[in-house]
Amino acid sequence: MSQLPAQAGIGFKPQHYRGLLDTKPSLGFLEVHAENYMGAGGPPHAMLTALRADYALSVHGVGLSIGGPAPLDTDHLARLRTLLDRYEPQSFSEHLAWSSHGDAYLNDLLPLPYTEHTLQTVCDHVDQTQEALGRQMLLENPSTYVLFDTSTIPETEFLAEIARRTGCGLLLDVNNVFVSCSNHRTGARAYLDQFPLDAVGEVHLGGHEAEDLPGGPLLIDSHGREVAEPVWTLFQEVIAKTGPLPTLIEWDNDVPDLPVLLAEADRAQTILTANPKGQLYAAQ
Amino acid sequence: MQPSNLPDDHTAAMTRALLGGGIPRGVTVKRGQDRARRFAVYRNNVMHSLTQALATRFPVIERLVGTEFFTAMARVYIEQHPPRSPRLFEWGDTFAEFLRGFAPAASLPYAADVARIEYARGVAYHSADLTALSDAELSAVAGWADRARLVLHPCVQMIRSNYAIVDIWQGNQPDQAPRPIAHRAQTALVLRTPHHAIPVLSLTEAEAAMLGAILAGMPLLEAMMAAQRVDPAHSPNTLIALLHSHQTIISAQEVS
Repeated sequence: MSQLPAQAGIGFKPQHYRGLLDTKPSLGFLEVHAENYMGAGGPPHAMLTALRADYALSVHGVGLSIGGPAPLDTDHLARLRTLLDRYEPQSFSEHLAWSSHGDAYLNDLLPLPYTEHTLQTVCDHVDQTQEALGRQMLLENPSTYVLFDTSTIPETEFLAEIARRTGCGLLLDVNNVFVSCSNHRTGARAYLDQFPLDAVGEVHLGGHEAEDLPGGPLLIDSHGREVAEPVWTLFQEVIAKTGPLPTLIEWDNDVPDLPVLLAEADRAQTILTANPKGQLYAAQ
Repeated sequence: MQPSNLPDDHTAAMTRALLGGGIPRGVTVKRGQDRARRFAVYRNNVMHSLTQALATRFPVIERLVGTEFFTAMARVYIEQHPPRSPRLFEWGDTFAEFLRGFAPAASLPYAADVARIEYARGVAYHSADLTALSDAELSAVAGWADRARLVLHPCVQMIRSNYAIVDIWQGNQPDQAPRPIAHRAQTALVLRTPHHAIPVLSLTEAEAAMLGAILAGMPLLEAMMAAQRVDPAHSPNTLIALLHSHQTIISAQEVS
Protein backbone atom coordinates (compact mmCIF):
# COMPACT_ATOMS: atom_id res chain seq x y z
CA MET A 1 0.00 0.00 0.00
CA SER A 2 1.04 3.63 -0.11
CA GLN A 3 3.96 4.67 2.07
CA LEU A 4 2.26 7.92 3.13
CA PRO A 5 1.95 8.58 6.86
CA ALA A 6 -1.56 7.76 8.13
CA GLN A 7 -2.20 11.43 8.83
CA ALA A 8 -4.03 14.36 7.28
CA GLY A 9 -2.52 16.19 4.30
CA ILE A 10 -3.52 18.92 1.88
CA GLY A 11 -3.38 19.51 -1.85
CA PHE A 12 -0.54 21.93 -2.60
CA LYS A 13 -1.50 25.19 -4.33
CA PRO A 14 1.23 27.63 -5.46
CA GLN A 15 -0.44 30.53 -3.63
CA HIS A 16 0.29 28.71 -0.35
CA TYR A 17 3.98 28.21 -1.12
CA ARG A 18 5.35 31.00 1.08
CA GLY A 19 2.98 30.21 3.91
CA LEU A 20 4.01 26.56 3.96
CA LEU A 21 7.69 27.36 3.69
CA ASP A 22 7.62 30.06 6.36
CA THR A 23 5.42 28.33 8.93
CA LYS A 24 6.06 24.62 8.17
CA PRO A 25 2.68 23.49 9.52
CA SER A 26 2.52 19.92 10.76
CA LEU A 27 0.97 17.85 7.94
CA GLY A 28 1.19 14.18 7.06
CA PHE A 29 1.87 14.94 3.42
CA LEU A 30 1.27 17.22 0.45
CA GLU A 31 -0.41 16.09 -2.75
CA VAL A 32 0.13 17.53 -6.24
CA HIS A 33 -1.39 16.87 -9.63
CA ALA A 34 1.27 15.16 -11.72
CA GLU A 35 0.50 17.04 -14.92
CA ASN A 36 1.30 20.45 -13.40
CA TYR A 37 4.90 19.32 -12.91
CA MET A 38 5.58 18.00 -16.38
CA GLY A 39 7.28 21.13 -17.68
CA ALA A 40 11.05 21.17 -18.06
CA GLY A 41 11.78 23.57 -15.20
CA GLY A 42 10.87 26.92 -13.69
CA PRO A 43 8.83 27.81 -10.60
CA PRO A 44 6.74 24.59 -10.34
CA HIS A 45 9.83 22.43 -9.91
CA ALA A 46 11.59 24.99 -7.71
CA MET A 47 8.61 25.06 -5.32
CA LEU A 48 8.09 21.30 -5.27
CA THR A 49 11.79 20.65 -4.69
CA ALA A 50 11.84 23.02 -1.71
CA LEU A 51 8.67 21.56 -0.17
CA ARG A 52 9.69 17.97 -0.77
CA ALA A 53 12.58 18.50 1.63
CA ASP A 54 10.07 19.02 4.46
CA TYR A 55 7.02 16.95 3.52
CA ALA A 56 6.01 13.50 2.38
CA LEU A 57 4.50 13.64 -1.10
CA SER A 58 1.61 12.07 -2.96
CA VAL A 59 1.58 12.45 -6.75
CA HIS A 60 -1.95 12.30 -8.10
CA GLY A 61 -2.41 11.92 -11.85
CA VAL A 62 -5.44 13.33 -13.64
CA GLY A 63 -4.56 12.67 -17.28
CA LEU A 64 -3.70 9.02 -17.85
CA SER A 65 -7.22 8.07 -19.04
CA ILE A 66 -7.06 4.60 -17.49
CA GLY A 67 -10.82 4.11 -17.97
CA GLY A 68 -10.77 4.60 -21.73
CA PRO A 69 -10.57 1.82 -24.33
CA ALA A 70 -7.62 3.40 -26.15
CA PRO A 71 -4.09 2.20 -25.40
CA LEU A 72 -2.40 4.27 -22.69
CA ASP A 73 -0.19 7.11 -23.88
CA THR A 74 3.28 5.63 -23.35
CA ASP A 75 4.88 9.10 -23.60
CA HIS A 76 2.69 10.18 -20.71
CA LEU A 77 3.68 7.08 -18.73
CA ALA A 78 7.32 7.90 -19.38
CA ARG A 79 6.78 11.47 -18.17
CA LEU A 80 5.14 10.11 -15.00
CA ARG A 81 8.09 7.81 -14.44
CA THR A 82 10.50 10.74 -14.80
CA LEU A 83 8.48 12.74 -12.28
CA LEU A 84 8.32 9.88 -9.77
CA ASP A 85 12.03 9.16 -10.14
CA ARG A 86 12.79 12.82 -9.51
CA TYR A 87 10.62 13.36 -6.41
CA GLU A 88 10.33 9.80 -5.04
CA PRO A 89 6.82 10.34 -3.67
CA GLN A 90 5.34 7.98 -1.08
CA SER A 91 2.32 7.37 -3.28
CA PHE A 92 1.09 7.58 -6.87
CA SER A 93 -2.61 7.52 -7.64
CA GLU A 94 -4.93 7.89 -10.63
CA HIS A 95 -8.65 7.69 -11.40
CA LEU A 96 -11.21 5.15 -12.51
CA ALA A 97 -12.17 7.50 -15.34
CA TRP A 98 -11.12 8.59 -18.80
CA SER A 99 -10.16 12.02 -20.09
CA SER A 100 -8.78 11.57 -23.61
CA HIS A 101 -10.26 10.40 -26.88
CA GLY A 102 -8.22 10.37 -30.07
CA ASP A 103 -6.24 13.60 -30.13
CA ALA A 104 -8.51 15.41 -27.69
CA TYR A 105 -7.81 15.81 -23.96
CA LEU A 106 -11.04 16.91 -22.26
CA ASN A 107 -9.69 17.96 -18.84
CA ASP A 108 -12.43 16.18 -16.89
CA LEU A 109 -12.75 12.79 -15.21
CA LEU A 110 -15.36 11.09 -17.36
CA PRO A 111 -17.38 7.95 -16.56
CA LEU A 112 -17.29 4.49 -18.07
CA PRO A 113 -19.72 1.59 -18.17
CA TYR A 114 -18.86 -1.25 -15.80
CA THR A 115 -18.78 -4.48 -17.82
CA GLU A 116 -16.56 -7.56 -18.02
CA HIS A 117 -15.04 -5.98 -21.10
CA THR A 118 -14.19 -2.60 -19.52
CA LEU A 119 -13.01 -4.39 -16.37
CA GLN A 120 -10.43 -6.29 -18.40
CA THR A 121 -9.33 -3.10 -20.17
CA VAL A 122 -8.90 -1.17 -16.91
CA CYS A 123 -6.99 -4.09 -15.34
CA ASP A 124 -4.68 -4.20 -18.37
CA HIS A 125 -4.12 -0.44 -18.05
CA VAL A 126 -3.39 -0.66 -14.32
CA ASP A 127 -0.97 -3.56 -14.94
CA GLN A 128 0.76 -1.55 -17.65
CA THR A 129 0.96 1.54 -15.42
CA GLN A 130 2.38 -0.32 -12.42
CA GLU A 131 4.87 -2.02 -14.73
CA ALA A 132 5.95 1.24 -16.38
CA LEU A 133 6.22 3.10 -13.07
CA GLY A 134 7.86 0.24 -11.19
CA ARG A 135 5.53 0.63 -8.22
CA GLN A 136 2.08 -0.08 -6.90
CA MET A 137 -0.55 2.57 -7.66
CA LEU A 138 -3.82 3.58 -6.03
CA LEU A 139 -7.00 3.88 -8.12
CA GLU A 140 -9.70 6.37 -7.06
CA ASN A 141 -13.46 5.86 -7.17
CA PRO A 142 -15.15 8.54 -9.32
CA SER A 143 -17.95 11.03 -8.73
CA THR A 144 -20.60 10.43 -11.41
CA TYR A 145 -23.71 12.16 -12.71
CA VAL A 146 -25.06 9.61 -15.19
CA LEU A 147 -25.16 5.82 -15.55
CA PHE A 148 -24.81 3.45 -18.53
CA ASP A 149 -27.46 0.95 -19.52
CA THR A 150 -24.68 -1.45 -20.46
CA SER A 151 -23.23 -1.57 -16.94
CA THR A 152 -23.53 -5.01 -15.36
CA ILE A 153 -21.13 -4.77 -12.40
CA PRO A 154 -21.61 -2.59 -9.30
CA GLU A 155 -18.87 0.03 -8.91
CA THR A 156 -17.63 -1.39 -5.59
CA GLU A 157 -17.32 -4.87 -7.09
CA PHE A 158 -15.61 -3.42 -10.15
CA LEU A 159 -13.01 -1.66 -7.97
CA ALA A 160 -12.54 -4.70 -5.70
CA GLU A 161 -11.92 -6.90 -8.72
CA ILE A 162 -9.35 -4.45 -10.17
CA ALA A 163 -7.50 -4.43 -6.84
CA ARG A 164 -7.66 -8.23 -6.64
CA ARG A 165 -6.46 -8.85 -10.21
CA THR A 166 -3.76 -6.16 -10.43
CA GLY A 167 -2.61 -5.82 -6.84
CA CYS A 168 -3.20 -2.07 -6.97
CA GLY A 169 -4.47 -0.23 -3.92
CA LEU A 170 -7.56 1.98 -3.87
CA LEU A 171 -8.01 5.63 -3.10
CA LEU A 172 -11.36 6.05 -1.37
CA ASP A 173 -12.83 9.48 -2.07
CA VAL A 174 -15.61 9.70 0.51
CA ASN A 175 -17.04 12.86 -1.03
CA ASN A 176 -17.23 11.09 -4.40
CA VAL A 177 -19.14 8.25 -2.72
CA PHE A 178 -21.61 10.71 -1.24
CA VAL A 179 -21.98 12.66 -4.50
CA SER A 180 -22.47 9.58 -6.70
CA CYS A 181 -24.81 7.79 -4.30
CA SER A 182 -26.95 10.91 -3.85
CA ASN A 183 -27.12 11.45 -7.60
CA HIS A 184 -28.07 7.83 -8.28
CA ARG A 185 -30.37 7.56 -5.23
CA THR A 186 -28.45 4.70 -3.66
CA GLY A 187 -27.16 4.51 -0.10
CA ALA A 188 -23.68 5.79 0.64
CA ARG A 189 -23.46 3.50 3.70
CA ALA A 190 -24.40 0.48 1.64
CA TYR A 191 -21.73 1.49 -0.90
CA LEU A 192 -19.11 1.78 1.84
CA ASP A 193 -20.19 -1.56 3.33
CA GLN A 194 -19.43 -3.14 -0.05
CA PHE A 195 -16.18 -1.22 -0.57
CA PRO A 196 -12.99 -3.31 -0.12
CA LEU A 197 -11.66 -1.18 2.74
CA ASP A 198 -8.63 -3.42 3.24
CA ALA A 199 -7.30 -2.23 -0.14
CA VAL A 200 -7.56 1.49 0.70
CA GLY A 201 -4.22 3.29 0.78
CA GLU A 202 -5.50 6.85 0.95
CA VAL A 203 -8.71 8.79 1.55
CA HIS A 204 -9.83 11.99 -0.21
CA LEU A 205 -12.20 14.53 1.30
CA GLY A 206 -13.46 17.48 -0.75
CA GLY A 207 -16.41 19.84 -0.95
CA HIS A 208 -19.38 19.63 -3.31
CA GLU A 209 -22.19 21.87 -4.54
CA ALA A 210 -25.84 20.81 -4.33
CA GLU A 211 -28.79 21.80 -6.48
CA ASP A 212 -32.40 20.74 -5.87
CA LEU A 213 -33.99 19.34 -8.99
CA PRO A 214 -37.41 17.71 -9.52
CA GLY A 215 -35.80 14.26 -9.89
CA GLY A 216 -33.90 14.67 -6.63
CA PRO A 217 -30.79 16.61 -5.65
CA LEU A 218 -27.92 17.03 -8.10
CA LEU A 219 -24.59 17.04 -6.28
CA ILE A 220 -21.55 18.32 -8.11
CA ASP A 221 -18.01 17.44 -7.02
CA SER A 222 -16.63 20.97 -7.16
CA HIS A 223 -13.64 20.85 -4.78
CA GLY A 224 -14.51 24.48 -4.12
CA ARG A 225 -15.57 24.60 -0.46
CA GLU A 226 -15.46 22.89 2.96
CA VAL A 227 -16.14 19.19 3.31
CA ALA A 228 -19.89 18.71 3.91
CA GLU A 229 -21.17 17.40 7.27
CA PRO A 230 -22.61 14.11 5.93
CA VAL A 231 -19.23 13.41 4.33
CA TRP A 232 -17.45 13.99 7.65
CA THR A 233 -19.86 11.51 9.26
CA LEU A 234 -19.16 8.88 6.61
CA PHE A 235 -15.43 9.50 6.95
CA GLN A 236 -15.64 9.05 10.71
CA GLU A 237 -17.49 5.75 10.21
CA VAL A 238 -14.87 4.51 7.72
CA ILE A 239 -11.96 5.42 9.97
CA ALA A 240 -13.67 3.77 12.95
CA LYS A 241 -13.51 0.56 10.89
CA THR A 242 -10.09 0.92 9.27
CA GLY A 243 -8.09 2.90 11.78
CA PRO A 244 -5.98 5.86 10.59
CA LEU A 245 -5.39 6.26 6.85
CA PRO A 246 -3.53 8.97 4.90
CA THR A 247 -6.30 11.53 4.35
CA LEU A 248 -6.24 14.43 1.90
CA ILE A 249 -8.23 17.65 2.02
CA GLU A 250 -8.87 18.59 -1.63
CA TRP A 251 -9.71 22.21 -2.41
CA ASP A 252 -8.89 23.07 -6.03
CA ASN A 253 -11.30 25.89 -6.92
CA ASP A 254 -11.93 29.18 -5.08
CA VAL A 255 -8.85 28.17 -3.09
CA PRO A 256 -9.01 29.66 0.45
CA ASP A 257 -6.22 31.06 2.57
CA LEU A 258 -3.89 28.45 4.01
CA PRO A 259 -5.32 28.59 7.58
CA VAL A 260 -8.78 27.57 6.29
CA LEU A 261 -7.28 24.55 4.57
CA LEU A 262 -5.22 23.68 7.65
CA ALA A 263 -8.34 23.85 9.83
CA GLU A 264 -10.01 21.25 7.58
CA ALA A 265 -6.91 19.07 7.80
CA ASP A 266 -6.96 19.46 11.62
CA ARG A 267 -10.53 18.24 11.72
CA ALA A 268 -9.58 15.16 9.69
CA GLN A 269 -6.53 14.59 11.90
CA THR A 270 -8.68 14.71 15.04
CA ILE A 271 -10.81 11.87 13.67
CA LEU A 272 -7.71 9.87 12.71
CA THR A 273 -6.18 10.36 16.15
CA ALA A 274 -9.42 9.34 17.90
CA ASN A 275 -9.42 5.97 16.11
CA PRO A 276 -5.97 4.47 16.67
CA LYS A 277 -7.24 0.97 15.97
CA GLY A 278 -9.83 0.01 13.40
CA GLN A 279 -12.70 -2.27 14.44
CA LEU A 280 -12.09 -4.34 11.32
CA TYR A 281 -8.70 -5.40 12.53
CA ALA A 282 -9.04 -5.06 16.30
CA ALA A 283 -10.68 -8.48 16.56
CA GLN A 284 -8.00 -10.22 14.53
CA MET B 1 -24.86 -9.74 -22.72
CA GLN B 2 -27.58 -7.36 -23.75
CA PRO B 3 -27.21 -5.60 -27.07
CA SER B 4 -25.87 -2.12 -26.44
CA ASN B 5 -27.10 1.18 -27.74
CA LEU B 6 -23.78 2.65 -26.81
CA PRO B 7 -20.88 1.90 -29.12
CA ASP B 8 -18.23 -0.31 -27.57
CA ASP B 9 -15.99 2.73 -27.42
CA HIS B 10 -17.91 4.79 -24.85
CA THR B 11 -15.39 7.58 -25.22
CA ALA B 12 -16.09 8.31 -28.89
CA ALA B 13 -19.80 9.05 -28.50
CA MET B 14 -19.29 10.96 -25.28
CA THR B 15 -16.50 13.09 -26.72
CA ARG B 16 -18.79 14.13 -29.59
CA ALA B 17 -21.48 14.96 -27.05
CA LEU B 18 -19.10 16.94 -24.86
CA LEU B 19 -17.89 19.03 -27.78
CA GLY B 20 -21.37 20.06 -28.90
CA GLY B 21 -23.11 16.88 -30.13
CA GLY B 22 -26.17 15.02 -28.79
CA ILE B 23 -26.15 12.80 -25.69
CA PRO B 24 -25.29 9.14 -26.46
CA ARG B 25 -28.31 6.82 -26.16
CA GLY B 26 -26.77 4.38 -23.69
CA VAL B 27 -26.30 7.11 -21.09
CA THR B 28 -29.04 6.91 -18.47
CA VAL B 29 -30.25 8.46 -15.23
CA LYS B 30 -32.68 7.34 -12.53
CA ARG B 31 -36.43 7.55 -13.14
CA GLY B 32 -37.74 11.09 -12.86
CA GLN B 33 -34.34 12.67 -13.43
CA ASP B 34 -33.58 14.99 -16.36
CA ARG B 35 -30.95 13.20 -18.44
CA ALA B 36 -29.88 16.30 -20.36
CA ARG B 37 -29.53 18.35 -17.17
CA ARG B 38 -27.33 15.74 -15.53
CA PHE B 39 -25.21 15.00 -18.57
CA ALA B 40 -24.70 18.76 -18.84
CA VAL B 41 -22.57 18.63 -15.67
CA TYR B 42 -19.85 16.94 -17.73
CA ARG B 43 -20.27 19.38 -20.60
CA ASN B 44 -20.05 22.31 -18.19
CA ASN B 45 -17.01 20.83 -16.44
CA VAL B 46 -15.18 20.45 -19.75
CA MET B 47 -16.14 23.90 -21.06
CA HIS B 48 -15.67 25.73 -17.77
CA SER B 49 -12.33 24.16 -16.86
CA LEU B 50 -10.88 24.68 -20.33
CA THR B 51 -12.23 28.25 -20.54
CA GLN B 52 -10.58 28.95 -17.17
CA ALA B 53 -7.33 27.44 -18.41
CA LEU B 54 -7.44 29.65 -21.52
CA ALA B 55 -8.29 32.77 -19.50
CA THR B 56 -5.40 32.04 -17.13
CA ARG B 57 -3.03 31.75 -20.10
CA PHE B 58 -4.41 34.79 -22.00
CA PRO B 59 -5.53 37.33 -19.36
CA VAL B 60 -4.78 40.39 -21.51
CA ILE B 61 -6.87 39.01 -24.38
CA GLU B 62 -9.72 38.45 -21.91
CA ARG B 63 -9.38 42.04 -20.70
CA LEU B 64 -9.25 43.39 -24.27
CA VAL B 65 -12.40 41.61 -25.45
CA GLY B 66 -14.31 41.36 -22.14
CA THR B 67 -15.24 38.24 -20.20
CA GLU B 68 -18.50 37.56 -22.02
CA PHE B 69 -16.91 37.74 -25.46
CA PHE B 70 -13.93 35.73 -24.25
CA THR B 71 -16.14 32.93 -22.89
CA ALA B 72 -18.09 32.70 -26.16
CA MET B 73 -14.87 32.74 -28.18
CA ALA B 74 -13.28 30.12 -25.90
CA ARG B 75 -16.18 27.77 -26.60
CA VAL B 76 -15.51 27.98 -30.34
CA TYR B 77 -11.78 27.51 -29.80
CA ILE B 78 -12.29 24.51 -27.46
CA GLU B 79 -14.60 22.81 -29.96
CA GLN B 80 -12.21 23.42 -32.86
CA HIS B 81 -8.88 23.05 -31.06
CA PRO B 82 -9.28 20.95 -27.89
CA PRO B 83 -6.07 20.24 -25.94
CA ARG B 84 -4.04 17.39 -27.42
CA SER B 85 -2.28 16.44 -24.20
CA PRO B 86 -2.93 16.36 -20.44
CA ARG B 87 -0.10 18.88 -20.17
CA LEU B 88 -2.48 21.81 -20.39
CA PHE B 89 0.37 24.32 -20.29
CA GLU B 90 1.15 23.32 -23.89
CA TRP B 91 -2.40 24.12 -24.99
CA GLY B 92 -3.21 27.44 -26.67
CA ASP B 93 -0.30 27.26 -29.12
CA THR B 94 -2.79 27.83 -31.96
CA PHE B 95 -4.82 30.49 -30.17
CA ALA B 96 -3.03 33.47 -31.78
CA GLU B 97 -3.60 32.01 -35.23
CA PHE B 98 -7.23 31.27 -34.34
CA LEU B 99 -7.69 34.89 -33.19
CA ARG B 100 -6.27 36.17 -36.47
CA GLY B 101 -8.98 34.30 -38.36
CA PHE B 102 -11.83 34.85 -35.89
CA ALA B 103 -14.12 37.32 -37.68
CA PRO B 104 -15.91 38.69 -34.57
CA ALA B 105 -12.50 39.85 -33.25
CA ALA B 106 -11.48 41.54 -36.52
CA SER B 107 -11.73 45.00 -34.90
CA LEU B 108 -8.71 44.08 -32.71
CA PRO B 109 -6.10 43.28 -35.36
CA TYR B 110 -3.30 43.43 -32.76
CA ALA B 111 -4.91 40.80 -30.51
CA ALA B 112 -3.22 37.85 -32.25
CA ASP B 113 0.28 39.26 -31.62
CA VAL B 114 -0.59 40.09 -28.00
CA ALA B 115 -1.73 36.46 -27.65
CA ARG B 116 1.69 35.36 -28.93
CA ILE B 117 3.28 37.31 -26.07
CA GLU B 118 1.00 35.65 -23.54
CA TYR B 119 1.68 32.17 -24.91
CA ALA B 120 5.43 32.88 -24.90
CA ARG B 121 5.28 33.89 -21.22
CA GLY B 122 3.85 30.45 -20.37
CA VAL B 123 6.61 28.78 -22.36
CA ALA B 124 9.19 30.84 -20.46
CA TYR B 125 7.55 29.92 -17.11
CA HIS B 126 7.95 26.18 -17.71
CA SER B 127 11.25 26.24 -19.61
CA ALA B 128 14.28 24.29 -18.43
CA ASP B 129 16.62 25.30 -15.60
CA LEU B 130 20.02 25.83 -17.26
CA THR B 131 23.31 27.32 -16.14
CA ALA B 132 24.35 30.52 -17.89
CA LEU B 133 27.81 31.62 -19.02
CA SER B 134 29.84 33.37 -16.35
CA ASP B 135 31.20 36.90 -16.90
CA ALA B 136 34.62 35.49 -17.75
CA GLU B 137 33.22 32.90 -20.15
CA LEU B 138 31.19 35.54 -21.95
CA SER B 139 34.17 37.94 -22.17
CA ALA B 140 36.25 35.19 -23.78
CA VAL B 141 33.72 34.92 -26.63
CA ALA B 142 34.85 38.34 -27.94
CA GLY B 143 38.08 36.72 -29.15
CA TRP B 144 36.29 34.50 -31.66
CA ALA B 145 33.05 36.40 -32.31
CA ASP B 146 33.34 35.72 -36.03
CA ARG B 147 32.79 31.99 -35.41
CA ALA B 148 30.84 31.97 -32.12
CA ARG B 149 27.16 31.22 -32.17
CA LEU B 150 25.41 32.17 -28.88
CA VAL B 151 22.98 29.58 -27.52
CA LEU B 152 20.25 31.35 -25.58
CA HIS B 153 18.03 29.97 -22.84
CA PRO B 154 14.78 28.51 -24.27
CA CYS B 155 12.82 31.12 -22.30
CA VAL B 156 14.09 33.83 -24.70
CA GLN B 157 11.44 34.52 -27.34
CA MET B 158 11.01 37.42 -29.73
CA ILE B 159 7.68 38.55 -31.18
CA ARG B 160 7.66 41.06 -34.04
CA SER B 161 4.48 42.97 -34.75
CA ASN B 162 3.11 45.83 -36.84
CA TYR B 163 1.31 46.96 -33.68
CA ALA B 164 2.35 48.43 -30.33
CA ILE B 165 2.05 45.03 -28.65
CA VAL B 166 4.39 45.73 -25.73
CA ASP B 167 2.57 48.97 -24.86
CA ILE B 168 -0.77 47.18 -25.20
CA TRP B 169 0.37 44.26 -23.04
CA GLN B 170 1.79 46.56 -20.36
CA GLY B 171 -1.20 48.92 -20.47
CA ASN B 172 -3.59 46.03 -19.84
CA GLN B 173 -2.05 44.60 -16.72
CA PRO B 174 -4.46 44.29 -13.75
CA ASP B 175 -3.12 47.43 -12.05
CA GLN B 176 -3.34 49.63 -15.17
CA ALA B 177 -6.24 51.97 -15.95
CA PRO B 178 -7.25 52.04 -19.64
CA ARG B 179 -5.43 54.73 -21.59
CA PRO B 180 -4.89 55.56 -25.25
CA ILE B 181 -1.94 53.78 -26.86
CA ALA B 182 -0.17 55.35 -29.86
CA HIS B 183 0.08 53.25 -32.98
CA ARG B 184 3.56 51.96 -33.82
CA ALA B 185 5.28 48.74 -34.74
CA GLN B 186 6.98 46.98 -31.81
CA THR B 187 9.08 43.92 -31.18
CA ALA B 188 8.60 42.17 -27.84
CA LEU B 189 11.25 40.22 -25.94
CA VAL B 190 9.97 37.66 -23.45
CA LEU B 191 12.31 35.92 -21.02
CA ARG B 192 12.51 34.52 -17.49
CA THR B 193 14.74 36.18 -14.92
CA PRO B 194 16.79 34.20 -12.36
CA HIS B 195 14.12 35.21 -9.81
CA HIS B 196 11.38 33.73 -12.00
CA ALA B 197 9.83 37.01 -13.12
CA ILE B 198 8.73 37.00 -16.76
CA PRO B 199 9.01 40.55 -18.09
CA VAL B 200 7.86 41.69 -21.53
CA LEU B 201 10.46 44.09 -22.92
CA SER B 202 10.49 46.27 -26.02
CA LEU B 203 13.41 45.97 -28.44
CA THR B 204 14.65 48.64 -30.85
CA GLU B 205 14.74 47.66 -34.52
CA ALA B 206 18.50 47.20 -34.38
CA GLU B 207 18.26 45.01 -31.26
CA ALA B 208 15.52 42.98 -32.93
CA ALA B 209 17.72 42.45 -35.98
CA MET B 210 20.61 41.35 -33.77
CA LEU B 211 18.53 39.01 -31.60
CA GLY B 212 16.86 37.59 -34.69
CA ALA B 213 20.28 36.75 -36.13
CA ILE B 214 21.45 35.17 -32.84
CA LEU B 215 18.29 33.07 -32.61
CA ALA B 216 18.82 32.02 -36.24
CA GLY B 217 22.23 30.65 -35.26
CA MET B 218 24.45 33.23 -36.97
CA PRO B 219 27.89 34.03 -35.55
CA LEU B 220 27.92 36.88 -33.03
CA LEU B 221 29.90 39.17 -35.34
CA GLU B 222 27.34 38.75 -38.11
CA ALA B 223 24.51 39.42 -35.66
CA MET B 224 26.22 42.66 -34.62
CA MET B 225 26.60 43.69 -38.24
CA ALA B 226 22.94 42.96 -38.89
CA ALA B 227 22.09 45.41 -36.12
CA GLN B 228 24.44 48.08 -37.48
CA ARG B 229 22.89 47.82 -40.93
CA VAL B 230 19.58 48.84 -39.32
CA ASP B 231 21.13 51.55 -37.15
CA PRO B 232 24.82 52.52 -37.61
CA ALA B 233 24.80 54.11 -34.14
CA HIS B 234 23.63 50.93 -32.44
CA SER B 235 25.82 49.53 -29.68
CA PRO B 236 25.66 45.72 -29.57
CA ASN B 237 26.62 45.72 -25.90
CA THR B 238 23.15 46.76 -24.73
CA LEU B 239 21.41 43.61 -25.92
CA ILE B 240 24.23 41.30 -24.82
CA ALA B 241 24.31 42.95 -21.38
CA LEU B 242 20.54 42.59 -21.08
CA LEU B 243 20.58 38.89 -22.01
CA HIS B 244 23.56 38.23 -19.76
CA SER B 245 22.09 40.07 -16.77
CA HIS B 246 19.10 37.73 -16.88
CA GLN B 247 21.41 34.70 -17.21
CA THR B 248 19.99 33.71 -20.57
CA ILE B 249 23.23 33.19 -22.53
CA ILE B 250 23.84 29.49 -22.03
CA SER B 251 26.82 28.71 -24.20
CA ALA B 252 28.86 29.72 -27.23
CA GLN B 253 29.42 27.16 -29.94
CA GLU B 254 31.66 27.22 -32.97
CA VAL B 255 29.70 27.63 -36.20
CA SER B 256 30.52 24.64 -38.39
